[in-house]
Amino acid sequence: MSKNNIAVNVEDLSKIYRLGLKEQTSEHFAEMLWSFVRSPVKNFRKYRSLYTFDDVDLAGDTAAGEQSDSILWALKGVSFSVKQGEVVGIIGGNGAGKSTLLKILSRITPPTRGSISIHGRVSSLLEVGTGFHPELTGRENVFLNGTILGMRRKEVTRKFDEIVAFSDVEKFLDTPVKRYSSGMRVRLAFAVAAHLEPEILIVDEVLAVGDAAFQQKCMNKMQDVGQEGRTVLFVSHNMPAVTSLCDRVIWLDHGQKVTEGPAQEIVGKYLLEGVDTTAHRVWKDSSSAPAGEFARLREVRVVKKGGDVTGHYCIQEPVGIEMEYEVLKGGEVMLPHFRIRNDNGILVFVTLDHDPEWYQRPRPAGRYISTVWIPGNLLNEGPHFVECNLITRHPEAPQFHEVDVVSFAITGNMEPGTARGDWPGRLKGIVSPALEWETQYRKE
Amino acid sequence: MIKPPGKWEVIDFQELKDYRDLFFFLVWRDIKVLYAQTIMGFAWAILNPLIQIIIFSIIFGKVAKLDTDGIPYVLFSTVAIIPWAYMSEAMTKSSQSLVSDQSMLGKIYFPRLIFPVTPVLAKLVDFAISLFLLLAVMLYYRISPTWNLLLLPFLVVLMMSVPAGIGFWLSALSIRFRDVKFAMPFAIRMLIYSAPILYSASSIPDGYRFLYSLNPVVAVIEGFRACLLGTEIPWEFILPGAVVSVILLVSGAIYFRKMERVFVDVI
Ligand SMILES: Nc1ncnc2c1ncn2[C@@H]1O[C@H](COP(=O)(O)OP(=O)(O)O)[C@@H](O)[C@H]1O
Ligand SMILES: [Mg+2]
Repeated sequence: MSKNNIAVNVEDLSKIYRLGLKEQTSEHFAEMLWSFVRSPVKNFRKYRSLYTFDDVDLAGDTAAGEQSDSILWALKGVSFSVKQGEVVGIIGGNGAGKSTLLKILSRITPPTRGSISIHGRVSSLLEVGTGFHPELTGRENVFLNGTILGMRRKEVTRKFDEIVAFSDVEKFLDTPVKRYSSGMRVRLAFAVAAHLEPEILIVDEVLAVGDAAFQQKCMNKMQDVGQEGRTVLFVSHNMPAVTSLCDRVIWLDHGQKVTEGPAQEIVGKYLLEGVDTTAHRVWKDSSSAPAGEFARLREVRVVKKGGDVTGHYCIQEPVGIEMEYEVLKGGEVMLPHFRIRNDNGILVFVTLDHDPEWYQRPRPAGRYISTVWIPGNLLNEGPHFVECNLITRHPEAPQFHEVDVVSFAITGNMEPGTARGDWPGRLKGIVSPALEWETQYRKE
Repeated sequence: MIKPPGKWEVIDFQELKDYRDLFFFLVWRDIKVLYAQTIMGFAWAILNPLIQIIIFSIIFGKVAKLDTDGIPYVLFSTVAIIPWAYMSEAMTKSSQSLVSDQSMLGKIYFPRLIFPVTPVLAKLVDFAISLFLLLAVMLYYRISPTWNLLLLPFLVVLMMSVPAGIGFWLSALSIRFRDVKFAMPFAIRMLIYSAPILYSASSIPDGYRFLYSLNPVVAVIEGFRACLLGTEIPWEFILPGAVVSVILLVSGAIYFRKMERVFVDVI
C-alpha cells in the first residue's frame, strides 16, 4: 500500500473537555459577600482552566487525568486511516465522541493530543444549512451557504440551476427563507451541500432530517458521491444506511475506538452490544449441561449457509440455528424446537422439528444435530434471541429449556428484492417479509 | 496536517485569500440584512447621523455654546459625527461578531478573523451613504476643498483600524466574558465624551495633550475635521493615534489568533 493513497490518517488522537466546575456554596452572609467580591477572580480562573490543561498529565496514562472529575476525554487515543475513495461510517452511542472527531477533522476544534494528516480538499457538513439567514432569499442563501461550505462563487453560479432543481423550491427562490416551511429549508440546504465536490466529504448525522422521500434522495446522492471515488466519512444512527453505503465502519465508545472492520460485521456487533449472549454456546462439562431424563443439550450455534458460526446476517441471508444434543435413553419420540424473540422480547415465532426422517419416530440413543433454516427476507432488522427446547412426546415431558441461549443480529440494506427495496429507513413490524405485489391499471 | 495548538501564530494571508468569496458574501449579507423589512431602507444611514447632529447642535451649539474655533456648530459636529457613527457601530458589531454568529463557529471552519473584520467592512456602506449628508452640509456652508483632502484615504484606513483593533480584542474576550456585551454601550458613551466630537480638541489643557492624543479616536476625528474643513493638520494628534491604533490592531490580531482555537470549546 503506497503512502499516497491514504486520504486521512489519524494517530493517537485525544481531545479533553473541561466540564463546568462546581460552584461552591457559602453558608454565612459574610462568606457569601466575600465570595461575591472574589468572584471575578474566581470566574477568571475558572474560564482560563476551561482551555488550559496544565494540571492534566497528558503524556502519562489514564490515571492522572481521570483523577480530576471535571475532565472529560471526548476522544482518547483514537487511531485509524482511511484510503482514498473509501466510504467509512462512524457509529457509536450518544456522547461517544463522533461529532468531536468530525469537528477535529474539519479543523473546527483542535485536538489536545495526537495528529491527523489529510490529503485532499475537505468539505464538512456537520449541520444542514449552516449560516442560512432568514432575512435573505433562497437564491441569496444558496450563494452564502455554498461559499460557507467552501465552494467558490463561480462554482455556485455554475451549479445553481442543478441545485435549484434538486431542491424543488424554484417558485420560492426570491422569497426570504424565513417564509419557508422547515422542510423546504432543509431541502434547499441539502441541495447546496449535495453539490459540493470535495475530495474528502465529512458528514455528521444530517441525513436524519426531512421526510422519507427526501432522505431517500439524500441516500442516493451519498451513494453517488461514494461511487465517484470520493472519500467519505460519515456518522449515522441509521444502521441500514451505514451498511448499505459504507465499505468500512469504525465503532467509537466513550471516546475510544472499540473496533473497526467490514460494515456488516461491525454494525452487527454494535447492535448486539450489551446483549450478553453469543452465536455459539457449548457445554463442555456434561454435568452442568441442561438435561432431562432422556436428553442433554451440548451445543447451540447460529450458522450461515456453509456452516460458519456467526451472529451477523444481512436481511436476505438465511440464518441457520443448530442444536447438538445427546439422547441418553433410546425409544422416545422427541420434538426439538426453537422460539425466536426480538429485542423487545416479542415472540416472533416458534419452529418445531419436522424432519420427516424422525417425525413421530422413537430415537435410539446417540448424538444428534438438528438444524432449522430461517429463510432470508423474513425476520426484521435488529437483534434476535433464541430459546432452545426439547420435549418428549407421549407423555409430553420437557427435557431442556434454555432461554436466550444464543443471539444474532439482522442488518438491513437497500438491495432490490428485500422488503425495503430502496426505502431508506427500517420498516416497522415484527417481520419484514419480501412479498409479491401486483398493481393493475384501469384507464377510466 | 492537524496538530494540537502550538504557540503564537501570525496571520495566514494565503488562507484569508482562499476564503475571499466567503468573506465577500458575509459582508454582503451584513449589508443586505441590516435594513431588511424597513420602510426607509438605506435612508437610515443618513437619518441616524442627521438626528444626532440636530440634537447635538441644539444642545451643545445653541444652549451650551461650546467653543468651536469659530466654525459653525452644525458643520463642526457633522464632520465628527459621521466618522464617529461609523466607528461606534463597527466597533459594537465587531465586538459581538463571534457571539452573534456562534452557531456558525461550531459547525464550519473558516479563518476566524473574518468574523470581526466583516462588520468593519460592511459598515463602510453606511459610511459612504452618510458622506452625502456631509457633502450637503459642506455645500451649504460653502466649504471649498483644499489639498488637505488628500489625507482622506489615510484617515479612512485609520478610521477602519480603530474598530478592527478593538473588535479583535473584544470579540475574543467576549467568548469567555459576556460582560463585554454589557460594558459596550457604556464604553461607547465614554468614548464619545473623551473624543473631540462635541467640543474642540483645542480646549484640552496643554499638559494633558499627549495623554489625550493616545486615544486613536481623537486622531480620526481631528484628522477628519482638518482634512475636510481645510484647517491646519493636527499631526500631534494624528501620529500618536495612528501608532496606538497599529499597536491595538496587531496585538488584537495576535491575541485573537491565540484564542481562536479554543473559541468553539469554551463558547
Ligand atoms: N464544548 C464542549 N465542552 C464540554 N464537553 C463537550 C463539548 N463538546 C462535546 N462535549 C462532550 O464530549 C462528549 C462527546 O460528544 P460528541 O462528540 O458530541 O458525541 P457524539 O456525537 O458521539 O454523540 C460528550 O460527552 C459531550 O458532552
Ligand atoms: Mg453527535
